[in-house]
This record gives sequence, structure tokens and C-alpha cells, in this order.
Amino acid sequence: MVSTIPEKARRVLRDELVRLVNPGFDRSLKVDGDGVPGVVLVVGVNGTGKTTTIGKLARVLVAEGKTVVLGAADTFRAAAADQLQTWGSRVGVPTVRGPEGGDPASVAFDAVQQGIASGVDVVLVDTAGRLHTKTGLMDELGKIKRVIEKKAPVTEVLLVIDATTGQNGLTQARVFADVVDITGIVLSKLDGSAKGGIVVQVQRELQVPVKLIGLGEGVDDLVPFEAEAFVDALLAES
Amino acid sequence: MFDTLQDRLSEVFKNLRGKSRLSEADIDATAREIRLALLEADVNLGVVKEFIAAVKQRAVGVDIHQALNPTQQIVKIVNEELISILGGESRQLRFAKRPPTVIMLAGLQGSGKTTLAGKLGLWLKEQGRSPLLVAADLQRPNAVNQLQVVGNRAGVHVFAPEPGNGVGDPVQVARTSILHAMSKLYDVVIVDTAGRLGVDAELMQQAADIRDAVNPTEILFVVDAMIGQDAVNTARAFADGVGFDGVVLSKLDGDARGGAALSIARVIGKPIMFASNGEGLKDFDAFHPDRMASRILGMGDLLTLIEQAEKTFDAEESAKAAQKLMTGKGGEFGLDDFLSQMQAVRRMGPLSKILGMIPGAAAIKDQINAIDERDIDRLEAIIHSMTPGERSNPKILDGSRRSRVAKGAGTTVAEVNALVNRFFDAKKMMQSMAGGAFGGGMPGMPGARRAPARPAAKSRTRGKGVSGNPAKRNSHAPADAPVDGTAAPAWDPAASFGLGAGQSDADLQKALSDYQLPADLQKMFNQKNLGPR
Repeated sequence: MVSTIPEKARRVLRDELVRLVNPGFDRSLKVDGDGVPGVVLVVGVNGTGKTTTIGKLARVLVAEGKTVVLGAADTFRAAAADQLQTWGSRVGVPTVRGPEGGDPASVAFDAVQQGIASGVDVVLVDTAGRLHTKTGLMDELGKIKRVIEKKAPVTEVLLVIDATTGQNGLTQARVFADVVDITGIVLSKLDGSAKGGIVVQVQRELQVPVKLIGLGEGVDDLVPFEAEAFVDALLAES
Repeated sequence: MFDTLQDRLSEVFKNLRGKSRLSEADIDATAREIRLALLEADVNLGVVKEFIAAVKQRAVGVDIHQALNPTQQIVKIVNEELISILGGESRQLRFAKRPPTVIMLAGLQGSGKTTLAGKLGLWLKEQGRSPLLVAADLQRPNAVNQLQVVGNRAGVHVFAPEPGNGVGDPVQVARTSILHAMSKLYDVVIVDTAGRLGVDAELMQQAADIRDAVNPTEILFVVDAMIGQDAVNTARAFADGVGFDGVVLSKLDGDARGGAALSIARVIGKPIMFASNGEGLKDFDAFHPDRMASRILGMGDLLTLIEQAEKTFDAEESAKAAQKLMTGKGGEFGLDDFLSQMQAVRRMGPLSKILGMIPGAAAIKDQINAIDERDIDRLEAIIHSMTPGERSNPKILDGSRRSRVAKGAGTTVAEVNALVNRFFDAKKMMQSMAGGAFGGGMPGMPGARRAPARPAAKSRTRGKGVSGNPAKRNSHAPADAPVDGTAAPAWDPAASFGLGAGQSDADLQKALSDYQLPADLQKMFNQKNLGPR
């Protein structure tokens, strides 16, 4: 095969990028608690798709034969708990919710408690979207995690980053990592024209792998992240 | 985080002193820095290239201004170009000649349309209009409920004939909403649509159908300020798919630099009409091109800072504290006044963030990064461990009282001593500055002592040298006392931080005069005096 210089350059670039994204990273979800349910906490700034991700994640877990409880710890945004409950009923899992405007940490605690009492495998906790610049809200998030851990260890903290996000994604990830020690990234809305290149930098700086990608609003639109496919999409001609 | 454009350019121009005119080579060297600064702010690459070409053209052969150094001159050109693109076509919301005026909201998922609908509804209602929110997002689970709740909070009616969650036809809802509005005499209809991707042809068609059904007076494209390089593709897809008349930039309360604003304004040529900067229904404002330009360049956003200060500070309380400090009326300025002022500053957000918004703060970046927010907690604990008598008159704190306070606050006597001494120092400094209606501020901020080896005396002289109050320094007409009282505290921390060593005093002076404050500040004060915005 005769390859031109641009082609070679492209191949080198691709290889370098793939290495940067590191296909060898452990991208499996930690949802197994030790005798207690595995707890997955989902965090992120406003409007990245946390609730939708939880809905889809619940579906994946149910399909794997796991029992799931959802915790609607977004008590701030209007109708967020309803939104989660709707997702829950679509896949047939119960949702634990508290009063609107109530303490999100207590809702999370109740959800985990109920999860333990009914012996489920996984508790998925939804949190309100918060900008990483709001100290008070970030403190609240830290509290949610601490309170949950009185009952069961949080096995996975997923940061949802919108693929359209630009350079600010890195700042977001840094602050969230600082507060709740994120263990994985979900790259949402990758079905649009945005490619989410910022996660390369996030993953490299924080050493936190991208675990899942969101490809739409349907129940089955959550798939595992694949380094090579991601890089190919990144380099695709638009 | 990122260096500001000013920092970058200073580096380039380090060896350029004494030249009387910028050569092409000088400009090329700066172009790279400008490019990086803009890319870091998420400005689209194509736009960056065009923009740089325009700046270069303007900059070549410009006479070095007497008062400005080359750095400032380039920054000035860049800033002016940015403002001209961002504000090129600034305009107000149009209202239909024959009501109802129809405003349609469109945008990606999660850009903030539903929240904006509520804000816009409240804003219009406060202007004496009677808006109706229409729930045409039947896609996302419970979007209809969310709009109902938001409408309820804003005290605005919501038209939601369909339950949503995939049930119902949004085009039909939109169509009937207009009839409903006409029969019930609503004069503005705000149509909230589902979030959709630019590449989703089917949903784009649906948006176009909604548009054709309601014939909107204004279509607003809602875009997240955090959006990256994809901003242009997305905006173009929406411009082609449904068309829009104006842009709303949401989530500006984060720390994204918002370069997307520039990309969209430049490529699509539609004005940015509103800025949405918070989760509260009132966190919504007209768009200010000059502030956005500073923000994109990372030059600090002084006006936002002052506004935030206005929002958080209790003007009356500040004025009282200032009076106490200056005249001794209403009791001595004590530690509890100090504490309440400090808490007020803190309510505006993390200290490092607030200080970072001050132009010229780059010079003290290291100190800012070294601030430990928990220092303030410790300080609060110490003050709370004092009796009310001790707080209002710290002079009575003798050795035994100090050791009791230290025990109560779980700290050492040395810490208590440090606080009390700093308080007295700062108080003396404030009183010596008390010429104008100045004060009520933040003497001796904690964290300052974390600054590397800085003689205490220095910070005091600095405080006097650079009058902490921009209004005092730059505006010719004296501002009203309450406004003064609110603006001042935001500045004092910087003063008592001892702005780094040596050159920073002059730098800050330059940065400030470079910032063209007088007119803006003046405008702001006038606005303030006219009443609530």
C-alpha cells in the first residue's frame, strides 16, 4: 500500500492519541459492595445529563440481572425527582425521594438504607447539578458522600461531562475530583457534532478513566467507552 | 489556572522597551499569545484566525502611545475588537405590534431552556407584561412538571395541555397555545421546546414545524457558556434548521471564559441578547459586551465583582460599620463588625475567586492561590469564643482572657494574639484612610500572613498608596456613600494582601488605568441610583 505523507501523519497522530487515551485503563464499573449494596454517586455541573445517565445505567444493571434502587438526591431543581422516578418506572426499579428543597444528604442516606434493608445489589444516587465554582454547593456534595459512607462505602463516583463542554471541563473535573474523589467519567451527548476531546486532558491529568458514553435519550443509549473508536471519531473529517 | 493575555504579552514585550513603533515582527510574536489565549477561552479556531488577522492589520505601524506600553496597547486593540464583534449589533427584545409576542426557545439538551423560560417570564412580568409559558418539551421526562414548578415560582401561568414524557404533539401544543393566549389576553408567549442536537434532522424538522405553527417574533438560541469548539457547528445547525434572532448565554456564573459567545457572534452574526448567571429566577441580565471581552481575555471582571458585592452586602450594615470605624459613633468598630464584614465578603464566593476577578490580580496570583479558606473558619472560631464585651472592645483582652479564648477556639494563644494585633493594625490603617466615605471593609484578611515573607508595614503603606476603592481613584464625580460603602470592602482584601513585592504597585495602577473604568463605573452608579435593576 502506497501511503502518502498526510496519511502517515494521520496514522502517527492516531496512534499517539490512542496511547494518550490509554486503552489499557480499567474501565469497568465498581458496583459490588462487600456484603452491602454497591453505591454509585453521580455528579456534575448543571444540564450535563446526570439524571438521564442514571436512568440508562439502571437499565444496564437490570439487564445484567442486578437489583437496583434509585436515590433522588436532587432536591433542588424543579421536578428532578419526578424525572428520575419516571426513568425508574421505565426500567422497573424503585426510587427513594425526599421533599423538594430537603436535605439531599438525608435522601441519599435513606436510599442507601433502604437498599441495604431490601438487599439490593446497587444503589444509584442522583445529585443536583452544581457549578464547581459554588463553594457552598460543593461542600454539600462532600457531605452527601460522607453521609452515605456511614452506611455503605461509595464504590463509584461518576462525573458526567457534556461532550460539548470546552476547556472548562478540565476545571470542572479538577474541582469535583478534589471534593468527592471521582472514580470515573461519563461522557454524555456524544451523539451530537461535539466530540468531547477535553476528556483526553481530564483523563491524563486526573488519571480517572472515561467509563461510559451517552449517545442519546433512549434507554439503551449508554455504552462502554472504547479508546480507539473515540479517537477515530475525534479525527474524523466533519 | 490560565495566564491572562496581559501576562503573556508582557513576557513577549520584555525586551521591547524604548521602541517607538510596533514592527511586524513584534506583532507576529504577540499573535501566537493572543491565539493561545483565545483558544483557551474556547473561541473557535476559524474565528481565532480571522480575528488575529484583523488585529494584526490594526496593530501594524501603530504609534506607541505616550501613556501606554506596547502590551497595553495590544491588549487595548484586542479588547476593542472583541467588543466590536460581541456588541456589534446589540439590541432589545422586539415585541409584536399585534399581541401576543411569541418568543421561542431552542437549544441543545441541558443548555438551560426551561430555567430560562421561568427567568424570562419573571422578567417580562416585572415589566408589566402578562407572559404565558408553553410546555412544548414533551420529550424529556417531567420537563412539563419542571416548567410548571418554575412558572409557579415565577408567578407566571403555564400552558401545559399534554403530560409529556413522550406523549403528545409539541407542534399541536404550540399552535393551540397561541389561540389560548389570544383568548385569555396574554401578551407574551414563551415557548419552551425540547433540547435537540444539531445533527438530529428529525427533531430539527420538528423545531421548524413548531416555528411555523407559532410564527415567533423572536427565536432565542440558548447556549451553555461552557461549550467548546463545537459551538459554531451547533449554532450553524440551529441557524439553518430553525433560524434564530438572538442568543442567550447561560451558566455564566461558572468560571468558563465563554469564548463561544465570540464564535457565535462572529460566525452567525446574531447578537447575544441576554446573559443568565445563576439558578435563581432573578439571575438574568442583559448582555454586556465589554464584560464578556474582559472575561474572554481573562482580564478580570470588575463590574461583575462590584455587582456581586452590591447583591451580597447589606448597604446599611456596611455604612454603619464604616461610621463606627471613622467617627466612633454608635460604638467602637469591634471584632464583631469585623466578622460580619468578613462574612459578607465570603458570601460572594471563594475568596481566591473574588480576588481573581480583580484586574491586575495576576501579579498576586501566588498569594491568591495560597489562601486557605479555612483560615477564615479558624478566625471565626476565635471571635466566637470571645464574650460580646471582648468583641466590641478587644482592648480588654488580657493574658488570661486570651488563653481562655484560645482554649475555646481550640487554638493557641499565639493565634489569638496574631488576630488581635492584625485587627488593631488594620483598624489604625482604615482610620488613617478615612478621608472620604470609605471603609466598612475587611481589615487584615486572614491568609495574608500566609503570604511569603512580607513585612506587615508594607501592606499598610500599600493600602494607602493604591486607594483600594476604584470609584475613588478613577471617577471624578464623588459617588454616593452607600454605593461607596459596598464597593469598598471588595477591594480592601487586595490591599491588605500586600500586593506582592516591588513592581506590583505600579502594575496595579497601570492595570487599573488600563481598564477604562471611569465611564463604566459612572454608568453603574447612575443605574444604581435610578433604582433596582
